[in-house]
Amino acid sequence: MNYDKLMNGTLVDMKPSGIRKFFDIAAEMEDVISLSVGEPDFSTPWHIREEAIRTLEKGRTWYSPNAGFLALREAISGYVSRHSHITYDPKAEVLVTVGGSEAIDLCFRALVTPGDEVLIPEPAFVCYDPLTRMAGGVPVPLVTKAEDAFRLRADVVAAAITPKTKLLVLPYPNNPTGAIMPREELEALAEVLRGTDIMVLSDEIYGELTYGREHVSFAAIEGMQERTILVSGFSKAFAMTGWRLGYACGPAPVMKMLIKLHQYGLMCAPTTAQYAATEAMNNGDEDVEKMRGEYDMRRRYIVDELNKMGLTCFEPEGAFYVFPSIQSTGMTSEEFCERLLKEKHVAVVPGNAFGDSGEGFIRISYCYSIKHITEAIKRMRAFLEENGLCK
Amino acid sequence: MDKMLKLLSDNARLTTEQMAVMLNMTEAEVDAAIAQLEKDGVVRGYKPLIDWEKTGEELVTAIIELNIAPSKDEGFDGIAKTIMSFDEVEGLSLMSGGHDLMVTVNGRTFKDVAMFVAKRLSPLPGVLGTATHFVLKKYKERGVLFTDEEQDERGGV
Repeated sequence: MNYDKLMNGTLVDMKPSGIRKFFDIAAEMEDVISLSVGEPDFSTPWHIREEAIRTLEKGRTWYSPNAGFLALREAISGYVSRHSHITYDPKAEVLVTVGGSEAIDLCFRALVTPGDEVLIPEPAFVCYDPLTRMAGGVPVPLVTKAEDAFRLRADVVAAAITPKTKLLVLPYPNNPTGAIMPREELEALAEVLRGTDIMVLSDEIYGELTYGREHVSFAAIEGMQERTILVSGFSKAFAMTGWRLGYACGPAPVMKMLIKLHQYGLMCAPTTAQYAATEAMNNGDEDVEKMRGEYDMRRRYIVDELNKMGLTCFEPEGAFYVFPSIQSTGMTSEEFCERLLKEKHVAVVPGNAFGDSGEGFIRISYCYSIKHITEAIKRMRAFLEENGLCK
Repeated sequence: MDKMLKLLSDNARLTTEQMAVMLNMTEAEVDAAIAQLEKDGVVRGYKPLIDWEKTGEELVTAIIELNIAPSKDEGFDGIAKTIMSFDEVEGLSLMSGGHDLMVTVNGRTFKDVAMFVAKRLSPLPGVLGTATHFVLKKYKERGVLFTDEEQDERGGV
């Protein structure tokens, strides 16, 4: 059988994720030190795990309502109101999903019809472009630049809007750059969108992880709640990646469609994870605070070391990544990553995995202990020195 | 200050420069703060955590519970002063619960430690009874695992 002919052509043409490119080579090597993963090094806080165990022991192993347990939706609504000062009706405006990823996928499938244009800042996480294409949409990359601290400029958005524009993706705090969007810039963006029918998918999965200033949700900007679908989840802030649990909040008519789609595709999110997540929402603020403090120290340290060795990076204010420029080495991102891995056994992710505009950069994750980071930094410095590239 | 103590507790070998960056302080401020902590007696010293098993060196550690008849004038402090002056004594604490003082003693052999208890601790005036517990295997000390490091299972996505 010719499977390529059988399969959906859009899918066949889709490139595999560039994040994984060097993972497999790294897995074969001994003594590899990685700064490449996109998940916390912390385990899920014990009281959250315990809640899951407790409900398992009690045998609470059935489906939940399609949109998720009401107790969890109420907890999410309370959490969002406590942290972002936005009100959502837990009964009609909150959906519990299988990771933030499912919520993102639902947004594209629910909103995008063939030919619709979707504005996607770049560099950005790898899923928006392919999921837009699967929904028949046309991804329109909006290049963000190091000199703008990788923020999305309102004039760039304004220039990209056409009558076909359906959706703007707003992935801040950003993976891979660590950029955030301060309130003023969100206000400017809101000004551009006012009076249009453009919807916004605000992916705030790293919303809890900002350093120095509080994260501002786009839905909290005046008049923007009606056009925003706020997507977030438990993976990053609560160190719950493997539980696969996220949520979406938005206007009731939109959420009704998302819930319909979720009902047919998934039935409901895993219930054990939902019980654990309820505990996280209600009693997890302190855990998040502790982890954020730890990330912040590592962030300062790694940014300083990179700048000192001549891999300049702007100060990332969110998420847990640094995105230094490697242009001074004269290598491409992939060349740099491949040689660093082969010569010094340090794994990082090439910037172009996150879109063409990521070329000339690498993504470094600081979800590792200081000891681990120190060793990786030492090897990176040696790599640059031995190749005559150190400042 | 809490953050600084946490950093030092995790790894006292960080350089002043590294600590300054992590804590968003100047190097002079870090040095001054540490000097103050030492002066105030908050930080009493810096020591490595050694897994003696790996050195091949013979070392026996015991935890000894002592029941004491406290003296009228000094309570437990008088006898504590005497006990903490022995070089063999690694740690000494006053306890709640079933016994009064807990002594950690290091020696080269089981016999060394047992003899220390019999000859030095038991005869002390006020010691009513002792119970010696030898450490057979250390799993974790001061937050650090003494077993082989667990493998990082991440990287699946």
